[in-house]
Amino acid sequence: MKLTILKKKYFSGLILAALFFPLSLTAQQNSCIECHRDLEDKLMAPVEAFKLDVHQKFGLNCSDCHGGNPAKEDIDSAKDKTFKGAPKRNQIPEFCASCHSNSAYMKNFNPGLRVDQLSLYWTSHHGQLLRQGDIKTAVCTDCHEAHGILASNHPKSLTFPWNIPQTCGRCHADKEYMKSYKIPTDQLENYKQSVHAGSLFEKKDLSAPVCNDCHGNHGASPPEVSSIAFVCRQCHSSTAEFFSRSPHKKAFDEMGISECEACHGNHKVLAPSDNMLGTQEGAVCVQCHEAGSEPYQLASRIKARLDEFVSKIGDVDNSLDRADRQGVDVSDPRFKLREARTSLILVRNLTHTLDLFEIEKKIEDGKRVVSEVKAEAEAALKEARFRKRGLVITTLFILLLAIAIFLKIKQIEKKSPA
Amino acid sequence: MKKFIKNASSYLDSRFKLSALLDFARKKKVPEHEYSFWYYFGGICLFLFIIQVITGILLLLYYSPSVETAYESVHFIMSQVKFGWLIRSVHSWSANILIGVIFIHMFSTFLLKAYRSPRELTWVSGFFLLLIFLAFGFSGYLLPWNTLSFFATRVGTDIAGTVPLIGKAVKAFILGGPEISDATLPRFFWLHVAILPLFTVVILGIHLVLVQTLGMSSPLGIEKAKLREFPFFPNFILKDFLGWMLIFVLIGILCVFFPWGVGQKADLFASAPVGIKPEWYFTFMFTTLKLIPSHVFLIKGEVLAILGFIVGAFLWMLVPFLDKNAAREKKSPFFTWAGLVILLYIIVVTVLTYLLPKI
Repeated sequence: MKLTILKKKYFSGLILAALFFPLSLTAQQNSCIECHRDLEDKLMAPVEAFKLDVHQKFGLNCSDCHGGNPAKEDIDSAKDKTFKGAPKRNQIPEFCASCHSNSAYMKNFNPGLRVDQLSLYWTSHHGQLLRQGDIKTAVCTDCHEAHGILASNHPKSLTFPWNIPQTCGRCHADKEYMKSYKIPTDQLENYKQSVHAGSLFEKKDLSAPVCNDCHGNHGASPPEVSSIAFVCRQCHSSTAEFFSRSPHKKAFDEMGISECEACHGNHKVLAPSDNMLGTQEGAVCVQCHEAGSEPYQLASRIKARLDEFVSKIGDVDNSLDRADRQGVDVSDPRFKLREARTSLILVRNLTHTLDLFEIEKKIEDGKRVVSEVKAEAEAALKEARFRKRGLVITTLFILLLAIAIFLKIKQIEKKSPA
Repeated sequence: MKKFIKNASSYLDSRFKLSALLDFARKKKVPEHEYSFWYYFGGICLFLFIIQVITGILLLLYYSPSVETAYESVHFIMSQVKFGWLIRSVHSWSANILIGVIFIHMFSTFLLKAYRSPRELTWVSGFFLLLIFLAFGFSGYLLPWNTLSFFATRVGTDIAGTVPLIGKAVKAFILGGPEISDATLPRFFWLHVAILPLFTVVILGIHLVLVQTLGMSSPLGIEKAKLREFPFFPNFILKDFLGWMLIFVLIGILCVFFPWGVGQKADLFASAPVGIKPEWYFTFMFTTLKLIPSHVFLIKGEVLAILGFIVGAFLWMLVPFLDKNAAREKKSPFFTWAGLVILLYIIVVTVLTYLLPKI
């Protein structure tokens, strides 16, 4: 009885499957792709590119952006009254925003994604130029592609951190393209030499700043002189606080000099070194301060204190290296030396205050640690010498014993030859 | 004083029959020929094992066998315990030298055909001692719980896991789970300090009794009548002692100039360091597994190689019973050449592993 019921169930299932199979085929049909696949170059390109597109992965289709009815095989029926076709360049921001600014719609796919890109775009330099009728300026597709759009966390995405400098550079490093804007085109080249690029490309630190971290992305615009410091402060907050306490702050504000950029540059922010400080050739202080002036002497004093501290850390580090090479475990003092290195980082940061008293106080804290580590390094070197002495004495003793045994063997063999 | 010594020795002799032992040692002779030098490697193995026992017991005073404390305890031994660096370095260096000397002792025994009747069981017990000491090396390497030892053990146990039929079960039994975890370290520790020493005492005891009762084998082709001999006691013992002292000096030099490192604490979630490999005495097997094609006649190359090693080891153990010519005191060039080829293969592949790490 049970078997008959089961058989009936399977039979009705098969009939239903047979009835709906042609329908399922129709549902999967996409006449846009069917036709464009057979076209050439520009018209065929979207078919391949869309295979990887993030929209495709969310189940969206050509018609979701371009309208029309992909279920229809006939081209006239497919391009029905809802068909929008390809937007013109100046229509692209609004075209994308028709979904991306719709908070209710976007929540269906990516609830965390912001929906203010368009309003930000109109505040950007790019948006303002587009409003003025400049269609050479960047629109959504220039940074995100049109049909091969990848999520920004995809390493191959044009907006993935380590691709962003090159993405912006596609226009901004192109001298010919940027000719009419009369702005420099060396930003990309300069950025590549910067400490930020070093962190990004060599250390693979994705938190290292790229173009959009300072300029914004959808609302991209160059920071003005007064706001550069606020851009840097986003990451270098303590340095900025120290700088604000320094006499430089008031002077820079009065003279209209941009804060951090004045000494460190903008796109080409090189790795800072102690030689930027002081009065020797190459120091940034001498760019403004005359020899013999009070600030000039202060710079010289700060540099001297800093150099002395660095040298003390270096000496202890060398002693630890020597002990380490001689096989003595120095991991504990080496760990402690990190405290001194942390002090050094703080001292270097404190130089932005130009407060010699505060700097010396922090150097003294570090020196105390260095002294303790120095004592441990000396003890480690003493231990290395002790081990070698012990080895020599033991070896001599064992060799003497070995010689005695060897002579005894010879004596025994002489007495009773085999 | 002399009287006291005489009374004491007389007291002990009447109870332990020491004079009988001494008489046995005095009467025992050792063959003297151009290959006598190789006899001393057995004694060196014994000496190094004694060092292992003494230093191992001392390390036990401070070593703590848990994932949370193993690395820290080894670091403490190396940096804080008086002469801790020396004890651990002596333990590690002498363990490595011991494995090397065991290989020398085994191949010299093989090439001199010392395994022939009536010493078949001496060879077989020696073969088991080799396996035991390889297990000592493998289990001991993990105990400091540093990055290198952790990943080298993972490589080793992954290989064990590919053995057909029983591999996965064996691996799970060794590790206490499918992967190295908190359960693995205590297993390796007890294997290293309890189970393996117990087996060693039994099999080493059998091996030594056999060596002493059967005496040293003389090479093939030397007529017994023409064979020169010298007393085991004191001549051979003194020469053995001389060799031990030289080895001890070598260990001392290695420990002072190249103390055994502690490395970085193992991180179960970190990726394996580039070029990770097991201890040097396993590298010939490890590199063979890397060199073999993925499939040989429809069989997975890795599986074939492991089966080859298992069968090879089994045949190696049975050599005294397979080499019929040597048993009849005749030359057996096939076995000589086979031994030389195996020795050359082990040396070349081990050296290549270190010279060409990318192979």
